[in-house]
Amino acid sequence: MSRPRPEHIQVVKQRRDAALKALLDSVPYIQFLNVSFDRRGDELTAQLNFSEKHIGNPFLPAIHGGVTAAFLEITAVITLNWSHLWERIESGALDPDEMAKGILPRQPKTIDFTVDYLRSGLPRDAYARATISRAGRRYASVHVEAWQDHKDKLFAQASGHFLMPQDHDKS
Amino acid sequence: MADKTKLARQFIQAIPHAQELGMVLEEIGDGTALISMPYDQKLVGDPQSGVIAGGAVSALMDTCCGAAVMCHPDAPGGTATIDLRIDYMRAATPGQAITTRATCHHITRNVAFVRAVAMDDDIDRPVATASGAFTVENGF
Repeated sequence: MSRPRPEHIQVVKQRRDAALKALLDSVPYIQFLNVSFDRRGDELTAQLNFSEKHIGNPFLPAIHGGVTAAFLEITAVITLNWSHLWERIESGALDPDEMAKGILPRQPKTIDFTVDYLRSGLPRDAYARATISRAGRRYASVHVEAWQDHKDKLFAQASGHFLMPQDHDKS
Repeated sequence: MADKTKLARQFIQAIPHAQELGMVLEEIGDGTALISMPYDQKLVGDPQSGVIAGGAVSALMDTCCGAAVMCHPDAPGGTATIDLRIDYMRAATPGQAITTRATCHHITRNVAFVRAVAMDDDIDRPVATASGAFTVENGF
């Protein structure tokens, strides 16, 4: 009853990081907004890397509400997709090299998304984490929280519903 | 009245992120605004289909709703989003511009209520709708 020898740390990290990078690199809008992700095991934290082009009110100045909404939605979709694909990435059913070439499973589609603006977004980096409240076969419900300086002082939160890709969908 | 519309127009046109997305203010006045956003490869959210990201549609909706509030006859100045809900009815057709019409249908001293609809070339089948609450500010 001996368990198989665990994979080498570099093998595990390389596989997960490559798969995540492939998911992010495939979406032009994520590159355009300059959103990056920090990974700890399967947990993701999104980071909106501040740029002057994110400004909505130049007098305050403050981040555009639409940028905040987009950042939260990206965090929700990527976190949901990542969790949905995790088993297949770990088992090797999804090959990160193939993913990098653009052979990717379909992403969840947003049905609705509601953003609560709690404080004005300051002209600096922002962070967000999403929690999957329910991941069903067809529908998923996701909650996202975003902060800047203090993790417990959120500047925005959101919740939304997503339609999961179905098995009969191509790829 | 005309001054307020002019001020709102200037404000909207000075928003860095709206410029970055190529937004064009087509109509504004009396609590209603119409803004269009051209199709651009950099805004794609689904690489396989070439469909624009939901987030870019959110940015367009948010800007248009804010413009509708600022040009309302009872609005004294600027505004900020309190909450915004967006329903995505269908994928926007790749290659087509997205146009949003927002209406500020009710305003009090403190809160403005707004509805918006986003369309592509097929204007009879909305791409998305939005409804939100906005603050009513005295200055900008």
